[in-house]
Amino acid sequence: MNKKLLKLLEKNARYTTTDLATMLGITEDEVRAQIEEMKKEGLIRGFKTVVDWERLDSAYVSALIELNVTPLPDSGFEEAAKKIMKYDEVETVYLMSGGYDLCVIVKGKTFQEVAMFVGKVLAPMKGVISTATHFVLRRYKELDIVLCGDEGDDRGNFWL
Amino acid sequence: MIDYSKKLNSKAAALKPSGIRRFFDISEQMENVISLGVGEPDFQTPWHIRSAGIESLENGKTRYTANRGMEPLRKEIVAYMKRRFNLTYSPNEALVTVGGSEAIDLAVRALVEQGDEVLIPQPSFVCYEPIVALAGGTSVIIELKSDNDFVLTPEQLEEKITDKTKVLVLPYPCNPTGGIMRKEDLEKIAPVIIKHDLMVISDEIYAELTYSGERHISIAEIDGMWERTVIVSGFSKTYSMTGWRLGYALAPDPITALMTKIHQFAIMSAPTTSQYAAIEALKNGDDDIKKMVDEYDTRRRLVVDGFNKIGLTCFEPLGAFYVFPCIKSTGLTSEEFCEKLLYSKKVAMVPGTAFGDCGEGFVRVSYCYSVEHLKEALNRTGEFIKELKGSE
Repeated sequence: MNKKLLKLLEKNARYTTTDLATMLGITEDEVRAQIEEMKKEGLIRGFKTVVDWERLDSAYVSALIELNVTPLPDSGFEEAAKKIMKYDEVETVYLMSGGYDLCVIVKGKTFQEVAMFVGKVLAPMKGVISTATHFVLRRYKELDIVLCGDEGDDRGNFWL
Repeated sequence: MIDYSKKLNSKAAALKPSGIRRFFDISEQMENVISLGVGEPDFQTPWHIRSAGIESLENGKTRYTANRGMEPLRKEIVAYMKRRFNLTYSPNEALVTVGGSEAIDLAVRALVEQGDEVLIPQPSFVCYEPIVALAGGTSVIIELKSDNDFVLTPEQLEEKITDKTKVLVLPYPCNPTGGIMRKEDLEKIAPVIIKHDLMVISDEIYAELTYSGERHISIAEIDGMWERTVIVSGFSKTYSMTGWRLGYALAPDPITALMTKIHQFAIMSAPTTSQYAAIEALKNGDDDIKKMVDEYDTRRRLVVDGFNKIGLTCFEPLGAFYVFPCIKSTGLTSEEFCEKLLYSKKVAMVPGTAFGDCGEGFVRVSYCYSVEHLKEALNRTGEFIKELKGSE
């Protein structure tokens, strides 16, 4: 396990093997082997791109849904969570402390579509007691990446 | 008409203007210049530190502080120096200044007078010579050597000492070379300093930025040196706080007292908001330092490797955030190299000669930029070198 390698990849999954090797002071073969190893171990779960869909015309809506669920005697919230996460519309599922049990982030093309998914799929699901749907109005920062505007480099050309 | 040349201070008028001003002007006029010139961190000041500054404003902390700086801040500075560099000072031996620059100015003004000689190893930061000149002193340059990783040796030191020598400026970790002085290097020069009864102004502004397992050692930690050392440092590089203009000096009480006297007349006190932010930085900023150092380190490796691959040899800098590749293989002078590179590839670097004549044959490259920015600059520089070779 190479924590520094993980941190670099977490920041930018597109660094080349060559660059990673240089930045970490190890060989390219070592970089490749370590990434494979960490994938096998399940430490690395995938590589994705953070897209600012709102910049396109394409419709993009997401909502955070609070679910209250009746826990089962043996498995607690496990069964409901695992069932919910199978839907393609579902981006994220967390078990929460506090006022509700499961936090589900759902994405869709329109408000209507998301609302229908909640109303027709989540709410009637066995064990689900209540739902509360909060639509995302604007994404400012996601996965450490700032989505609003460009801060740019405002350093004066102060050279010394 | 007033003849201003007769009115202006002749010492100030005689100061050489900074050699890189010209490049600055050229690159300002060009579009899409990719700069490796900037000498300040690209990170923002960590939010909790900014927040402490904001909170102080909200609480109406908008007045002067004590001349030498707020007591809680001086206590934190002293605790920090103990914790991270094993140096022992009392809060009264700390003076809070407007950036490390003011601390340098005060140290020189407190120690140097007409006729005194000040030893300045170069290549190094550009302000020492002018400040010494304004104080009436004479700068004596020690030319550091690349084949020695720009370390100051006892022989080089001894060679330049006269009966007028009073102060040695020790600029490590070094801007622009990235060179450091290890404990064993300091132990070699300390006896020479003590033998000739010199004082040291140790510019340690980059003390936290060292790599590959190196930790900065202050000369004040070497036996017999604490009492002859003025440490100047600040918050700019350590916590990405360049714009807050806050630094400090640490020295035995008689020196700090005199520096405080000058500071009191010239400055009154350092910015109050910045002092509140600095307290937060010292109390809770150790993790921020680690994060930034790790990030600089990966970039450093990338840039050193990049230059060596291009064919511009580059010794491994272990401090600060600069690399200092040698461009002698191109047959160009540092200025020619930078100018051609700027015009043909729109990449801006600083000629080594900006940091002293012995910087000839080198360029300074800052790696205070994102990996993507650095890679683009390296690519363009690589093309430039290929084209140079092709046209030979």
